Amino acid sequence: MANTRVHIPQDVSAVACGADAVAEDFAAAGLDVVRTGSRGATWAEPMVEMADDTGSRTAWRNVTADDVPEVLKQGNAHPKCLGAVDAIDWLAGQHRVVFDRCGTDHPLALPPTVALESRLDAAPTALIDEIETSGLRGRGGAGFPAHIKWRTVRDTPAEQKYLVCNADEGDSGTFADRLLLEGDPFRLIEGMAIAAIATGATRGFVYLRSEYPDAERTFAAALKRAYEHGMLGNSVLGSAHTFDLELFVGAGAYICGEETSLLESLEGRRGEIRAKPPVPAIAGLFGQPTVVHNVISYAAVPGIMQGGGSAYAELGVAPSTGTMAFQLAGNVLRGGLIEVPFGITLAEIVEGYGGGTRSGRPLRAVQIGGPLGAYLGQEDLDTPLTYEAMANIGAGIGHGGIVVFDDTVDLAEQAHYAFKFCEVESCGKCTPCRLGSVRGKETIQTILDGRAGPRELTMIRDLCEVMESASLCQMGGMTPIPVLSAMERFPEDFKR
Amino acid sequence: MVEREIRSVAGRHVGRVGGVLQALREVVLEQGFVSEDDQRVVADVFNISRADVRGIVSFYEDLKTHPPAALRVRICQAEACQAVGGRRFTRAVEERLGIPLGEQNEQASIEAVYCLGLCAQGPAFTVNERPFTHADELDLDSALDLLGEAGSP
Repeated sequence: MANTRVHIPQDVSAVACGADAVAEDFAAAGLDVVRTGSRGATWAEPMVEMADDTGSRTAWRNVTADDVPEVLKQGNAHPKCLGAVDAIDWLAGQHRVVFDRCGTDHPLALPPTVALESRLDAAPTALIDEIETSGLRGRGGAGFPAHIKWRTVRDTPAEQKYLVCNADEGDSGTFADRLLLEGDPFRLIEGMAIAAIATGATRGFVYLRSEYPDAERTFAAALKRAYEHGMLGNSVLGSAHTFDLELFVGAGAYICGEETSLLESLEGRRGEIRAKPPVPAIAGLFGQPTVVHNVISYAAVPGIMQGGGSAYAELGVAPSTGTMAFQLAGNVLRGGLIEVPFGITLAEIVEGYGGGTRSGRPLRAVQIGGPLGAYLGQEDLDTPLTYEAMANIGAGIGHGGIVVFDDTVDLAEQAHYAFKFCEVESCGKCTPCRLGSVRGKETIQTILDGRAGPRELTMIRDLCEVMESASLCQMGGMTPIPVLSAMERFPEDFKR
Repeated sequence: MVEREIRSVAGRHVGRVGGVLQALREVVLEQGFVSEDDQRVVADVFNISRADVRGIVSFYEDLKTHPPAALRVRICQAEACQAVGGRRFTRAVEERLGIPLGEQNEQASIEAVYCLGLCAQGPAFTVNERPFTHADELDLDSALDLLGEAGSP
């Protein structure tokens, strides 16, 4: 056939479904194979794309090595052909500011860095103003306004200021950080370089969890290239700015996704959390002013700079402005990464994009915002996804993970798991979290065993109140959210 | 690794950000675990107490103190995988390998992992670092063929 160049993801989500063998077979058939990141249409992986002479691309979904000869022979007539990539509904309906490039090219192909280049001579305060105009809020979970962190670090006198990127993406149901690090690592580097200029930080660290070895390899290689091409180092793209960026890989601890625990770990110690205040923007890494952001927060910066803060602020529903990379997972037919402006409803994501459950059974519950997020039911699906609307129903967007459950789910078992997870991952520093999680797990076990009465339910509510109000960080403070939301919305599961 | 090698690995991290943790991590990447004796050497190189080193080792899941099994199965236990039969798959693997989650015998270990970032394709698991998805669609025999295949040297 006329197409000679074929794009095949090397993202772990595609490799785990056999993408390497597919790539080998296409190469053996004489095609020019380019390994890319993933576009995030996880349900279609391995998604193979071929470009015609004009560069426009056609895609085939779930391609196995066995399919390769027939895909080559039948082309667009092959049953797995999705047609033109640009016309795939699932992708075309999205509005990508952060993930626009992800999955289109080899992750180490140097992209243009227009946003950074055009801001090398900008006044730092102008950059911070631009971020303020955009309304960007932290995408890691807390949703804290980014510009306040930037300005605080800028205005706090210190000899050394730091940027830290939290890539300790431990929430179940989330993979946006991983996808970006494996698919478009230069986006993060560019965003951090701009933040460095704005804040006066000259050293940065990306703290990556060890469960992402593919992301580690790709990002380490990208850092090396960025240095070779002068994006990092003593003279960023030939300017007077210095910015050194290092990759730091963790050693298996969910709690290190909490920013102060992460800083402790980065300093080489047990990842026990620090009491706040002081906040890291005033006294962070080694006691110095430090911006701590999630991957997606930094990675949003180049797009904001390029399109302008006010254009970004027009997206979404103020004060939830811009786009959010939702990650649709669990028991869902078409899961993956969906970057859209805030304000889309849960139903549009779960039913529209997701196409319902993978099992074909009725949907019963959705957990949003990771293991510390609320369990919601059918009646909540029309809620728009904004920080405010979610808070109104006792939920949060967190890092954007949405996990779907069908009607076989047992919410008492899920509540038991919420406590158990807290027990396993608690850093142990404060008592409500360290002991409350264990007591909570034991008490729910009595419910699961049919040995409990109203007394146990009251005990769980009391315990949750203590954990929520007296824990030092959100691990213990938010574990009550999945527990209580499950009890409130699915009370029948707790009577047995 | 002999003491000289541990010293050399640890020495490379002295003075670096998070050096102790990275030194311990590198020892584990190299030989699969960091023994009591190794910890003593690391403490000595960094001139910190053995208690400090032990505190770090006991905190992080990856810093194992005993040699790993030849076949290392890690199964995601988190919500997205639970939603598609992760618990059932875990029980099936436990039965087949004859060891409970969190334990190991001479041949194999089954470890809990809380999220591999493959949440739209669960249940997800790894065998000696090789990732697998959609464990609910694999019948157990073919899953274990994959285990065997991935586990063989």
